[in-house]
Amino acid sequence: MAITSPASPRRSGRRHPLATAALLIVGLLATGGAYALATSTATAETTAHTAEMVEEGGKLFAANCASCHGILADGTAAGPSLIGVGALAVDFQVGTGRMPMAASGPQAEVKPVQFSQEQIDAMGAWVAELAPGPAIPAERYFAGDGDVANGAELFRINCAMCHNVAGAGGALTEGKYAPGLANIDPIHVYGAMVTGPQNMPVFSDMNLTPEEKNDVISYLRYIDENPSVGGFDLGSLGPVSEGLFIWIFGLGGLVAVTVWLTAKSN
Amino acid sequence: MADIHDDRDEAVAPSTEVATVDDHSAAAPATAVVRADRIPNPGFPPHRPRVTDLDPKKEKQAERTISALFLLSIVGSVLAVVAYFAFPIDQANPGSVRLNNLFLGLGITLALLGVGIGAVHWSKALMHSHEEVEMRHPTRGSDESRTKAVEIFSQANKESGFTRRSLVRNTLIGAVAVTPIPAVVMFRDLAGDDDPVALLKQTMWDEGVRLCRDPSGTPIRAADVTIGSAFHVIPEGLAELEYHRIEEKAKAAVLLMRLPVDELNEDPAKADWSYDGIVAYSKICTHVGCPVALYEQQTHHLLCPCHQSQFDVANHCEVIFGPAARPLPQLPITVDDEGFLVARSDFRDPVGPTFWEINR
Amino acid sequence: MSTTTTAPSAGTATQAAPSTGMRFTGWAANYIDERTSASTAVKTLGRKIFPDHWSFMLGEVALYSFIVILISGTFLTFFFDPSMTEVEYSGSYVPLQGIPMSVAYHTALDISFEIRGGLLMRQVHHWAALLFVASVALHMLRVFFTGAFRKPRELNWVIGFLLFVMAMALGFTGYSLPDDMLSGNGLRIIDGMIKGIPVVGAWISYLFFGDEFPGTQIIQRLYILHIMLLPAITIALIGVHMLLLIVNKHTQFAAPGRTNDNVVGAPVMPTFAAKAGGFFFIVFGFIVLIASLFTINPIWNYGPYDPSPVSAGTQPDWYIGWADGALRLMPPNLDWVIFGYTLPMGVLIPTVVMLVFLALIAVYPFLEAWVTGDKREHHIAERPRNAPVRTGIGAAAVVFYCGLWAAASSDLIATHFRVTLEGVIHTLQFITVVGPFIAYWITKRVCLALQRKDREMALHGFETGRIVRLPGGEYIEVHEQLDDYERWKLVAHDEYQPLMIRPDDNGRITVRQRVRAGLSRWFFEDRVAPVTQREIEAQKH
Repeated sequence: MAITSPASPRRSGRRHPLATAALLIVGLLATGGAYALATSTATAETTAHTAEMVEEGGKLFAANCASCHGILADGTAAGPSLIGVGALAVDFQVGTGRMPMAASGPQAEVKPVQFSQEQIDAMGAWVAELAPGPAIPAERYFAGDGDVANGAELFRINCAMCHNVAGAGGALTEGKYAPGLANIDPIHVYGAMVTGPQNMPVFSDMNLTPEEKNDVISYLRYIDENPSVGGFDLGSLGPVSEGLFIWIFGLGGLVAVTVWLTAKSN
Repeated sequence: MADIHDDRDEAVAPSTEVATVDDHSAAAPATAVVRADRIPNPGFPPHRPRVTDLDPKKEKQAERTISALFLLSIVGSVLAVVAYFAFPIDQANPGSVRLNNLFLGLGITLALLGVGIGAVHWSKALMHSHEEVEMRHPTRGSDESRTKAVEIFSQANKESGFTRRSLVRNTLIGAVAVTPIPAVVMFRDLAGDDDPVALLKQTMWDEGVRLCRDPSGTPIRAADVTIGSAFHVIPEGLAELEYHRIEEKAKAAVLLMRLPVDELNEDPAKADWSYDGIVAYSKICTHVGCPVALYEQQTHHLLCPCHQSQFDVANHCEVIFGPAARPLPQLPITVDDEGFLVARSDFRDPVGPTFWEINR
Repeated sequence: MSTTTTAPSAGTATQAAPSTGMRFTGWAANYIDERTSASTAVKTLGRKIFPDHWSFMLGEVALYSFIVILISGTFLTFFFDPSMTEVEYSGSYVPLQGIPMSVAYHTALDISFEIRGGLLMRQVHHWAALLFVASVALHMLRVFFTGAFRKPRELNWVIGFLLFVMAMALGFTGYSLPDDMLSGNGLRIIDGMIKGIPVVGAWISYLFFGDEFPGTQIIQRLYILHIMLLPAITIALIGVHMLLLIVNKHTQFAAPGRTNDNVVGAPVMPTFAAKAGGFFFIVFGFIVLIASLFTINPIWNYGPYDPSPVSAGTQPDWYIGWADGALRLMPPNLDWVIFGYTLPMGVLIPTVVMLVFLALIAVYPFLEAWVTGDKREHHIAERPRNAPVRTGIGAAAVVFYCGLWAAASSDLIATHFRVTLEGVIHTLQFITVVGPFIAYWITKRVCLALQRKDREMALHGFETGRIVRLPGGEYIEVHEQLDDYERWKLVAHDEYQPLMIRPDDNGRITVRQRVRAGLSRWFFEDRVAPVTQREIEAQKH
C-alpha cells in the first residue's frame, strides 16, 4: 500500500512479538509443567526484587512486550503505558495468559500461559522498578479464609452486575465480556480488583479494603467448593438455560413418551 | 354410540361423509367443493392382533412385567421414605441438602414412574385393542329442544314483562352496571395519601449530603476515587434509616466514577457538577428502572444488564444504544471541608423510568 | 343382592354369588348412586371414545403438570410466609448469614435448606410451572396447525387462550414471591412498564405496590393472586375447557374408516383411563426426576432484593421472555413529549404490539371463519400442509414470537457465540420485523410442494428404488401403487374455492365484501386439489 496509514507500523510491529511468543511456547512446552508447580509457591516471595530479576525482566520485556508497549514501557498506539501499573498487573495479565495478546480483538483473551512464574515475576519486578504501582500482596489477603457472607454481599454490589451472581460471566458492549469466575487463582482475582484490567473498573484499597477483597475471594472459593445443592446447575445462567432445558429435554422427553403411549403395541 | 367390535362392518358408507355445503350465509356461497368422483373412504383396515393376543406366553410375560413395574413403584416409595431419614439435612454441610434432594427425588421418581409405565403398558399390551366407533351428532340442540327453549324464554318474557316493561328493564340494567363502582373506589386505599408524582421527583440527596459506600455507609473522600474506579454509592444516613430504607435506596442509588479530566466532554453549564473528573450518576435506568452498573472504564460506557441500554459517561450519560430514551440524571457533587464528596443538591431531573408527568 | 334390585337406576344386579369384596363394591356403588345418580355419568362418559395420536396428549401434559403444581404448591404454602418484614438471616446457608432480608426470602431459603424435601418440592413446583406453560403453548400450536379450532371449537380455543394467559400470570406472580434479587429486579421492570402507562401510570404503580416501589405490600398481594384468585380462575376455566371437550368430542386425523361424523379410538373405561392415568404418573415422575437432578432458580445465589445490585444475565422465566425481548429490541430515544406530558414509546410500543399479538391469537378462529365463509362443523384435524396459508400464518407468528424470545437472551447469545451484543440486537430486530414474512412465504411454498408430492404419491405410488431396464433400452424406476388405506390419508381432505363477490339485496357490492372476497382468494388460491377417483382410474388405464 502506497499510503502510509498510522496503523501500518503498528501492524508490522505486532508480528514481531507473536513470532517470539510462538518460539517461546515451543520452548516452554519442552520445560513442561514448570508453571503449574511455580504458581502455588512463587507468589509469596515475589515482593523482594533482586537486581538480577529486574535485569532478566527487562530482557523479557524488550523481547516480548516492547513492540506494543514501547521499549520504555511508556505506551504506543498499539498498547498502553505500563508505567505505574505495578507487578500485580503484570502478574494478572501475563499469569492468566491474556498477555502477550495473540490478536487484536474486543478484549484480551485468557490463553495458555506463555511464561514461567519466575519469568512473570521478573517482568513484574522490572515494571515495578519503572514507577511504584500495586505489588503482589501478602498471602493473607487472598487466602480465601475471610467472611463469606460479607464477601457475598460485596460481590453482589460490586461484581455481580458484570460477572453474574454465580460468577458465570456476562456480556459487555461491542463484543466485550466479563469472564466467568469459577476456579480462578485467588491472586488473579485480587489482581483484577486492584488493577482494573481492560474495561474492568479499579477497586482500589480505598474502595474495597484488602480484607474486603479477601472476603470476596472467600465467597468465590465457597461457590467453587460447594456445588449447587439442587443438582446440576445448567451453567448457572439462570432462566434462559432453564427454559431451553424444559423445552428441549422436558417437553421433548414427554413428547417421546406420548409417541410411545399412542403407538400400537406389537 | 355404535360399538364395532368387528372392524370392517358398519364402516361408514361413503355417502355419509359428503361434506354438508354451507348454506347459512347469503353473502357467502359454498366454499367446499364436493366432487361426485371423490375417492371414497375405504373403511376400516383389518385389525392387526398383537403378540399378546396371539401368544399366551407373551401375554403372561407382559403380565409379569406390569406387576414387576408396580412392585418397583412400591420399592421406590419405600426408598423415598428411607432416603428422607437416611439423608438428613446437616446444618453445617450444604452437601447434605444435595443428597437429600437427590435421593428423596429419585425414590419418588421410581414410585411414580413405576405406576405410570406399568399402567400404560397394561393398557397397551393387555387391554382390549380393537378400536371402537362413536357417532358424532351436530353440536346444536335438536329442533325440538330449540323450540322448547324459545318457548321457555318467551313464556318467561311474558310472565315477567321483560321487554314490555322497558323502564323496569332499563333501570335494572343500569343499576346492575353501576353496582361494581363502589368496588373500584374501594381500591383507592391500596396506597396512602401522598402524591406519587411528587414522590417520584425527589430523592434523599440534598445539598451537603455525603456520598457513602454501599452497603457500609462510610463516606468517600475525593482522594479515594482513583482514576478508573467505580464506587456504588448511597446517601449519608440511608443505611441507618428505620423506615422506607429500600424505597429511598430505589431512587437514590448512585454510581460514582473517575475519568481522566481530558476525556470528559462536559456541558459548560454543568461543568461544576463534577469534581476533578469524578462524576456521579443515578444508577437507576431511565428505561424501566434496573440498576445500570456495568461500567467499562476504558470506553466510559455504562451498560444496563436488563435491556442493554448504553450510556456514555463521558457525554453526560446520553443514550447511545438500547431502548432507554433519557440520559441518566447526574448528581451534582463537590467536596466538603474535610475532603469528603458531597452532593450539591438533589438530582435536577427525576430518576428512573419515564412517566406521564415527568416533564411537568 | 337385595340392595341393588331395589334401586331402579343401579343397573343390572349380578346374578352369580358375589364375593365379599364385590358385595361391598355393589353396596357402595348403590349408596352413592342413590344419592348422586352417578350411574348416569358413568353411562354417558364411561365408554366415550378418545382417538389416539401423540399430539392429542399435549393438553394432558399441561393438565397433569398443573396438578403437579397444585400438589407441590400446597406443600410450599405450609412453609412459606409472604411477609416483607425485615429480619436477619439465621439459617444455615453461610454466604447469607447475618444479612438483612424479608421474611418471604428467609422462609423461601428455609424451604431450600432446612426442610427435608423442601428444596425438592420447590424445584418440582418451578420445573412443573415451566413445563405447564410450555405444554400449553405446544398444545395451542398443535390445535392451530391442525385447524382444530374451527367450528364448533372456536369458543374452546378462546378458553384455551385465556388459560395460556392465566398460565403466564400464575408463573409471573410465583416467580416474584421469593423476593430475591432476580425477582425483585423483575418487579422493578414491571414497575417501570406500569409507570409508562399514559396519564395514570404513576398512580397505578403507587396503588399496585401500596407505596413507592417496592413498598412492603407487593409480595403479600402477589401471593394472594398466586395461590387463590388465579388458581381458582384457572381451575374454573379448565373445567369449562374439559366440559366443552366432552360436548364437542375430540377431533381425529383422517384415516380409513374415520369420518367427520364419527370418532374412532379407545373407550375411556378401561383403556383410555389406564393410559391417561398412567401418563399422569409418568409426567409427575418425570418432573420429580428433573427436580432431583437439576437446579432451578437457585435463589440463594441472588441474595435478598436490594434496589442497587443486579446480576449479569437478568432474565425472566421463559414465558415472559418474549415481553422482555420486545423491550430490548426497541431503538433508543423514543420519549414523545406532547403538551408537556411524556409518552415513553420505548415501553408503550412493545406493550401495544404484544397486546395486539395476543388479541389476534384469541380471535383467529373468528377471522378465519369470516374469510373462508365456512360454517360447517369440522371434526377431522387437518394436516398442516393442506391449509398452506394458515400454516404460513402460524409459522410467521412463531418466528415473530421466537425473535422476541431470543432477544431476551441477547446477552447470553453474544457471550456464547462470541458476537457483539449490538449485532445480536440488530439481527433480531430484522428477524422480528422481516422474518415473519419470509417464514410465511417459505412455509406456504413448502406446504404446496408437500401437497403436490401427496398428489404424486396418490396417483403414481411411491418410488421403490428399483431400476428396471426396458427391452427398448430405456431405464425406469418402478413405482408401487399405494393400497386404498394408505392412499386415503393423502386424498381425504376437502377441496375449497374462494368466496365469490355477489351483489347484496340492493344490488350493491360493498367494500366489506370486496375485502372479504380478496382475503378469501388469498387464503385459498394456491390450493392443490386432492386426487379424484376419475384421475386414479385414468392413471390405471
